[in-house]
Amino acid sequence: MSFPWAKHYEPKQPLMRWMDEKLPLPRLVYNAVGAGYPVPRNLNYFWNFGVLAGVALVCQIVTGIVLAMHYGANALVAFGSVEHIMRDVNGGWFLRYAHANGASMFLAVVYIHIGRGLYYGSYKAPREMVWLLGVVIFLLMMATAFMGYVLPWGQMSFWGAQVITGFFSAIPLVGEPIRILLLGGYAPDNAALNRFFSLHYLLPFVIAGVIILHIWALHIPGSNNPTGVDVKGEQDTVPFHPYYTAKDGVGVAVFFLIFAALIFFSPNLLGHPDNYIEANPLSTPAHIVPEWYFLPFYAILKSFTADFILTGKLWGVLAMFGSILLLFFLPWLDSSPVRSANYRPTYRWFLVVLLVDVLILGYIGGAEASARNVIIGQIATAYYFAHFLIILPLVSRTERPRPLPNSITEAVLAKHGGTSPAQTALAH
Amino acid sequence: MATVDNTVTPGDYPARHEEDGHDPRRRDFINIAAVAWAGVGAGVIVLPLINQMNPSADVLALSTTEVDISKIEPGQAIKSTFRKQPLFVRNLTPKEIAEADAVPVSSLRDPQTLEERTKVGKKNWLITLGVCTHLGCVPLGAGEGENKGPFGGYFCPCHGSAYDTAGRIRQGPAPSNLHVPDYAFTSDTVVTVG
Amino acid sequence: MVRTIALLIGAGFVFVLGIALFGTVSTAISDPAPETAEHEFHLHPKDAHLPSAGLVGKFDRQQLQRGLKVYQEVCAACHSLKFVSFRDFEQLGYSEGQVKALAQAWPIEQPSVNPDTGEAATRKNIPSDRVPSPYPNEVAARAANNNALPPDLSLMTKARHDGANYVASLLTGYQNQPAELLRKFPDAKTPTGLHYNPYFANLNIAMPPPLTSDGQVTYDDGTQPTKQQMANDVAAFLTWTAEPNLESRHGAGLATVIFLAIFVFLTIGAYRNVWRGVKH
Repeated sequence: MSFPWAKHYEPKQPLMRWMDEKLPLPRLVYNAVGAGYPVPRNLNYFWNFGVLAGVALVCQIVTGIVLAMHYGANALVAFGSVEHIMRDVNGGWFLRYAHANGASMFLAVVYIHIGRGLYYGSYKAPREMVWLLGVVIFLLMMATAFMGYVLPWGQMSFWGAQVITGFFSAIPLVGEPIRILLLGGYAPDNAALNRFFSLHYLLPFVIAGVIILHIWALHIPGSNNPTGVDVKGEQDTVPFHPYYTAKDGVGVAVFFLIFAALIFFSPNLLGHPDNYIEANPLSTPAHIVPEWYFLPFYAILKSFTADFILTGKLWGVLAMFGSILLLFFLPWLDSSPVRSANYRPTYRWFLVVLLVDVLILGYIGGAEASARNVIIGQIATAYYFAHFLIILPLVSRTERPRPLPNSITEAVLAKHGGTSPAQTALAH
Repeated sequence: MATVDNTVTPGDYPARHEEDGHDPRRRDFINIAAVAWAGVGAGVIVLPLINQMNPSADVLALSTTEVDISKIEPGQAIKSTFRKQPLFVRNLTPKEIAEADAVPVSSLRDPQTLEERTKVGKKNWLITLGVCTHLGCVPLGAGEGENKGPFGGYFCPCHGSAYDTAGRIRQGPAPSNLHVPDYAFTSDTVVTVG
Repeated sequence: MVRTIALLIGAGFVFVLGIALFGTVSTAISDPAPETAEHEFHLHPKDAHLPSAGLVGKFDRQQLQRGLKVYQEVCAACHSLKFVSFRDFEQLGYSEGQVKALAQAWPIEQPSVNPDTGEAATRKNIPSDRVPSPYPNEVAARAANNNALPPDLSLMTKARHDGANYVASLLTGYQNQPAELLRKFPDAKTPTGLHYNPYFANLNIAMPPPLTSDGQVTYDDGTQPTKQQMANDVAAFLTWTAEPNLESRHGAGLATVIFLAIFVFLTIGAYRNVWRGVKH
């Protein structure tokens, strides 16, 4: 489905016509990310991040497949096989650093993508399904990233696996049996490492599948835009190709530039030194921290230090999972008819506070558990939940939005200060 | 502010970039350059992805093997390994040497004399890979009591290739003689292969 | 309905956090965490100014060779280097023959099997061997070192924050416990068998000072073997063992970044070209 003015795929060469009759794959691509997909003309660079996430996934799958050709998923050899890749395999250091930093790039891009959705109300009707599938992708990514981090079998790998599977032991009665089931033992070992490797290889392809659904669901209403106003007519859109392929090209180039700078000049910046120590089940690192992209959630986990009906441990685990699962309900928590926060003066400020709050949570997640840090973490965690579950529903009811433009084109023309048709025809 | 309908103007309408009045070749050069540059980058990035499949440094480091031949009596052979492949080292008896020399070279599928397949003055030391040149099975004949085949050398049980006492193909599907690797006698009793 | 439930859940989490916050604050006031000696006296490593540091750093081959000598004569008695092979030493500027001779003459032999009896034996090292460990296993290593395990050094400079500088600082950081520390924290006296070193995480390290005097190692290239020099050299060597591909990484990185920077400009040009005449 698409707008009625969408261009139609008309193969010119006989071969392409033949192909279109037998397997209309070029037509599918044309309508998905080609000239057949009309996109609002006013998208800003934040709309690059969906495509960038796709690029990052492809990078991860490609480097991951070649790394799996050399990696040994056995507790006795896993650490050594990673060092073998780093030292002896041709270009292995590049592939491994690209994969490790690629995970960070992927998560960073996805966080900005989610933030874009939050700010511009992309989760609201009619795009709820796009958002729900996006949260599913995010959950799958977190699982994949966690299991991938276990594979090098360093100290942080091992103790990360121990701590994260330990979450399940917080569940009363069945928790400990579930933990043992997940690990295939009483502590992480061969069984856990092997199943994590198997799933780490599988899940990216599941993610790719859900991404296809995500894009499919997106193409039904079409893309949102910075004004949040619906597309009213042909003048509001441009074909995806060449306009947004060109714009995404800039994003892809900058993405690879940052990615390359990380790989080649600071490949271990985002890693933890302890993961260059082989896993030792008898000695816990002084300071266990997850990878940076999990730090805000880790801070939430750590903030529940008191028992109240349930144990503090269980509260922490519930809150940590809850902090992600509440995203599923976002389209219904926010009842404001206005999508873009540009036109929601009150909510906009709360969003800025949320951004700062998540950054603070990230800092607290990685910092030592001093009294000061715990207090900051508890306040920040309280705001996180209050923001989504209390402030957002209330503000969306009471707030008076700023007047919306009548159309995307009107907003674009207002930005350029031109109203006369003759002027706009000549001006660049 | 204009209403939705009358904001539509021809000049404001997103024009197709090809339809611009200027010289399209000059204008679109930058597009072609960007795509070409991306193509070069994609081509370069494929190299490490393929090169990683080549033997790694630790595999290459094992590319020489030293074999102690002091304990091999005439008529005996040992199996060693060279690059993780079987290596046959055989101490030929004078009878076996005579048998090999008696064969007219022109009648062979892969014409080679025993001299060409051994080192000068060490004609009794036949050192070959134990890999059948047909499809890579390990021929019999190096071990004690194994079937040496109709020509008294090696016999490959997979598809019936028979090699003579100089390791030359005489019968069966194999196209060429057993491969002789590069080697040198570092002393009278030690051979360095590779 | 969703919003009412959300409100209740949100209030619930905030309430529990309030209880937890109250607990944290009251504990912090009534029973503040005591200052610790580690917190106050731990020092961050000094900059050893190694040539490999920085964005386009390179190794100094002479320094790596000196560092290898320090490792061989001082560290190798207790510390293994299990991910490094003798053949890798060719990267330090040694010829194939020199590496072969170095492997042959290495004081610790390679574990092996007696070909006649099948019993455990040792043989001379060859270039394709990994550098052998001084101890057959962890139990033996602990038994010989007062129950402290000398860690493998292959990855040491990547396994610590600011690793290269850390190694250099640690090796030269041994000192007597400051009187001020003992006055403030009388319980933090360095236990017997351990050694005070402010660069070590908990200040007390089991390793006795390895570099005890200038001239402990005789350098072949005429460099003065001061303690600082030896520490820097072995830190440089261990930087190489942890990241042997550092130079090719920096070289490839420079080329890649230049290539991609040009790509960014080209894509911006293409973007402007495509969008010319279209307001957005």
